[in-house]
Formats: sequence, C-alpha cells, structure tokens
Amino acid sequence: MQNMRDIQRRIGSVKNTQKITRAMKMVAAAKLKNAQDRAEDARPFFNKTVEVLRGVFTRTKETAHPLLAEREGGRHLVIVITGDRGLCGSYNHKVIDLAEEIVEAEEEVSLMVLGRKARDYFRRRGTDIMAEYIQLEDYPGYGFANNIADEIIHHFQAEDVNKVSMIYTHFNSAISQSVKKMQLLPVEKFAEEAEKTDEDAEKMDAETPGEDGAAKNYVDYIFEPSPAEVFDNILPQYLINVIYSALLESKASEFGARMTAMDSATENANEMIDKLTLKYNRARQAEITTEITEIVGGAEALK
Amino acid sequence: MAAAPKIQLEVVTPQKLVYSEEVDLIEGPAIDGLIGILPDHAPLVTAMQIGVVRVVKDGEEIQIAISEGFMEVQPDKINLVVRTAELPEEIDVDRAKSARDRAEEKLETDHDNIDFAKAEAAYDRALARLKAAGHHDHGYDRL
Repeated sequence: MQNMRDIQRRIGSVKNTQKITRAMKMVAAAKLKNAQDRAEDARPFFNKTVEVLRGVFTRTKETAHPLLAEREGGRHLVIVITGDRGLCGSYNHKVIDLAEEIVEAEEEVSLMVLGRKARDYFRRRGTDIMAEYIQLEDYPGYGFANNIADEIIHHFQAEDVNKVSMIYTHFNSAISQSVKKMQLLPVEKFAEEAEKTDEDAEKMDAETPGEDGAAKNYVDYIFEPSPAEVFDNILPQYLINVIYSALLESKASEFGARMTAMDSATENANEMIDKLTLKYNRARQAEITTEITEIVGGAEALK
Repeated sequence: MAAAPKIQLEVVTPQKLVYSEEVDLIEGPAIDGLIGILPDHAPLVTAMQIGVVRVVKDGEEIQIAISEGFMEVQPDKINLVVRTAELPEEIDVDRAKSARDRAEEKLETDHDNIDFAKAEAAYDRALARLKAAGHHDHGYDRL
C-alpha cells in the first residue's frame, strides 16, 4: 500500500520535472532560431573582415602600429565567454576547461569573464578577474562588443597586458558546437586561427594561394590617407567585428546546447515515467492478488 | 556600353550581405574625403565614415546609406565592410526623420562630451539615410 503511494508520488514529481524541461527546451528552441539566424547572418561579415585584414597583411610591409606590437612576456588577458545559466549540457564546462588550461599554462594571467558561470567558477578558484560582465543579453548588441573592444584596447595600450585572447564557442549546428580560442591582440598578421574556423574561409584560401602568390599580383596597397590612420580605424573595427561575431556564435551555441540537453532530459523523464508506471501496475496487481487470497482464505475459514 | 569594364562590389554588415553586384563605379565618404573607385583601380585600403555611397550600375544610380566601416579595393573587387548599410527601399524615412529631429534637439541642448559625439553620429546617420532615400533637399554632397 505504502509502496503504491510512493511510486505514484514519484511519477508525479518526474512529470513535473518533465514539464519544466519541456518548457525550457521550447524556450531554447525559439531563442535558438533567432540567435542562429543572427550568427549565420553575421558570418559573411566576419569572414570579409578577416579576409580584408589578411589581404592587407599579406600584401604590405606596413605593419607598424601600436595594436600590432608584439611584446615579450607580460600579462595575458583571456576573454572567456560562457552563459549565465546552467542546464545546457557541457556548454559552459567546455569553455571553462579550455580557459583553465590556459590559466595553468601562463605565468601571469587575467581574465575578462562574460557570463555568470565563468565568473563564479574563476572567482571560487581565485584567478585574477580584470573585468566581468554578467546577465548578457540573449541577442548581444554591437555596442556591447564595442565596449569590450575599447576596454581591451585601453589595457593593451596602457601595457597592462601584452596579449589578449578570447575563448568562445563556435556554432556548427544545434547539436554540435566547438570551443575556439582566438588571439585578439596583438592583432595577428594573418589572422590564421580565425581562418580555420570556417569553410568559407577555406574556400577563400583556395582563391588566394598564400603569401607568395598574392604578393606577386599586388605589389603594394595604397593606404588612404596613410597606413597609420587606416590602421587606427580598421584595427579597432576588426576587433569589434570579431568580438561581436564571437558573442553571437556563443549565444547560438548556448541555446543549441540547452535545447539538446533539455530534449534528452525530457526523453529520460519519459523513460522513467514508463518504468515507474510499470512498477506501479505490478504493485497494484500484487495488492489485488493479496486481497483475493485473503477473501478466499476468509471464506474457507468460515466453512 | 556593352563591354565596359565592371567591378564587383560587396557591401556587408553584421546583419547581412546588403549588396553584391558588378558595378561601373562607386563613390563614397572615406575618412579623408570623398573617394571614387572605377574598375581596375590600384589596390587600396581606407576607412569609411557615415554617409552615402553612390553606386552606378548600367547607367543607373543607387544610393546606399552607410555608417562607419572600411573598404578594401582590388582591381576587380570592392569589399565594403560597414556597421550598417541600407538600400533606398529599405530605409524607414519616418524613423530617420524623427531620429534626425531628436539628434538635432540634443545637439542644441546637450553639450556634454560623450552625448554630444553620440548625438552627432546619430544626426549624421539619419541624414545619410534621408539622402539615400531621396528625402533630402539637395542633390549629392558629402556630409
């Protein structure tokens, strides 16, 4: 008797949990659609940005600019982009793991954390956090990327840090996301790491067969009005564009990961309910059998 | 003008690929002034400011309102990477007008540095949109 009520109670609680996971899945799916569109729409922009910059670097020797200055040693600033909330599978962990690896490997390291998960983790571990942004918008704006770019440029030029990288999650599909690391400052001369991230970039690669081939076609770029002024304008914009794209990719990944995680949670709840229902029916049958036996036994005794 | 040389123009923003066509010439606001590009131009890189890019394609003129970005020119290709770009038919004239009026008001009252720069940029953007949409009094002149 007790047993039956227990089982029923458990079924009820699993059903409630399932309602939550199902709702979360649907919310994530709706947001994913939007975030995915944004991320995919921004890809040509990202690729073009990288393409132009690569083009500039492969075809010119003018590479003297404060944001291109490579300095030995010093502090390494790592931007870590995670979500604010859990219940999204291994999405946050994967990013944090890679960040952790870098933190371990570097002597002097500071973090700029975007998202509550990364902040909580690294705050507990006592890693130096230079800046934190939590409660990110679901669909981050260009202005936000602008602020971050301004901030890292400021730190880099003040020589607080000698290197800035960013860890984000690249969105492949709703069920597949990959964590990427990208160096932001000093701006890499060929933006190699970015180039590997995209098929489009690979295609682009085939068209422009590397440094030598390109260099033959184009002797030199004209910088209008001057290399310094052009770099002054282009490099910060490059950073904003790259950060903006990374934010969009990360958000789409988060929703994708959450949708998948919540989908399998709902699935699991279903399985559990089935098992419990079976168990409940067995218990009920057992009880009926016992009752019949008792009645029959009682009747026998009266004879 | 059958075999006149053309140049591939691509205008990209974070939202989408706004424009991708073979064109005869373009003219737009670079940071140091108006710049015009014809096919077979020497490789060039420059930064762009808020304004109107005039594109001529098959003798017809199209005006695209852009905000900050940069432009890379190769003999057969122009990459225009900007924060926003709108074709005339995409421009919401009423919105641009009210944005212009709001910015104008701010410019007159508010002289705080940051807000002033922001309002100025907003004003320029609104004006560029109105020009591209053909709702501005004069013909083409740089902002």
